[in-house]
Amino acid sequence: MATAAHKHPNYMAIFWWLAILTVVELAVVFMPMSKVTIGVLLCALALAKAALVAAYFMHLKFETRTLTWIAFTPLAIAILLIFILMPDSFAVAKKTEGGKAAATAPAKH
Amino acid sequence: MSAATHASTHAVEAAETPLTPESWGKLGMWIFLAGDAVGFGVLLAGYGIMRASSSDWPNPYDALGINLTAAMTFLLICSSVTMVKALEWLGKGDRHRAINYLLYTAAGGAIFVSLQAYEWTHLIHRGLLINGNPWGASLFGTTFFLVTGFHGLHVTGGVIYLLAIVRWILNRPDPAASYNAVEIVGLYWHFVDLVWIMVFTFLYLL
Repeated sequence: MATAAHKHPNYMAIFWWLAILTVVELAVVFMPMSKVTIGVLLCALALAKAALVAAYFMHLKFETRTLTWIAFTPLAIAILLIFILMPDSFAVAKKTEGGKAAATAPAKH
Repeated sequence: MSAATHASTHAVEAAETPLTPESWGKLGMWIFLAGDAVGFGVLLAGYGIMRASSSDWPNPYDALGINLTAAMTFLLICSSVTMVKALEWLGKGDRHRAINYLLYTAAGGAIFVSLQAYEWTHLIHRGLLINGNPWGASLFGTTFFLVTGFHGLHVTGGVIYLLAIVRWILNRPDPAASYNAVEIVGLYWHFVDLVWIMVFTFLYLL
């Protein structure tokens, strides 16, 4: 039963952490900071909360390391997808600008 | 059946998985959740890209409001706590308390979905539709309903799953016989909570 002690971390402490981090997130939205800073802070806070849930509520911290790799795969795929889609996203923006320029140009004549 | 076929069948049937020695079901749930997370990951990545390349994306905070959703987030965190309590009591051999906590968890999920239905109704009345809205880019509504809808369906499925597990415990007098089943439903439930943390941040706060 050596693992049984590991299996019951202090759940209430995790609950309070999650509650506090949620309040911090809400506070960050109203902080007088640049949009980029707020964005980075919010992403970091969300990932921290997700990590707490996975590590303690889902017991990932007390499982084999391989299970953590399985759990991380979707995150890696999602981030990869963002980079795959990024060039398309910029291409669309450029095309729209070009389209607008072409549409307004003949009106000048 | 040749002896060779028999031997090879036998060779792949390990008595226990090296990753989750408690049960194969737990490994199965983890792999399912990893796949499901790809679904959510793709939706959120797509959302991010469409939002980044849009010039008239509405400010989510103004369009959606976050007071109700913040309360819903808190509710889901609370339901995660009642879920771990259910497993804790079952581990101590108290089926009665475990069932109560599972029912609290299911109730939390049911209230969450009800609040979401209320929120959707409210937003639809304000003009947020899947193909357009009064504030800007029409994809704002599309992504909002797709992502929160996909998550809401997961919560709904989770409530049904939790109630099915309550029945499973009721049919088994020995608490140890349902420990794995409760741990596995717990994994699913915490995953739904984890996804909401992401959805709340990316769709409402950012």
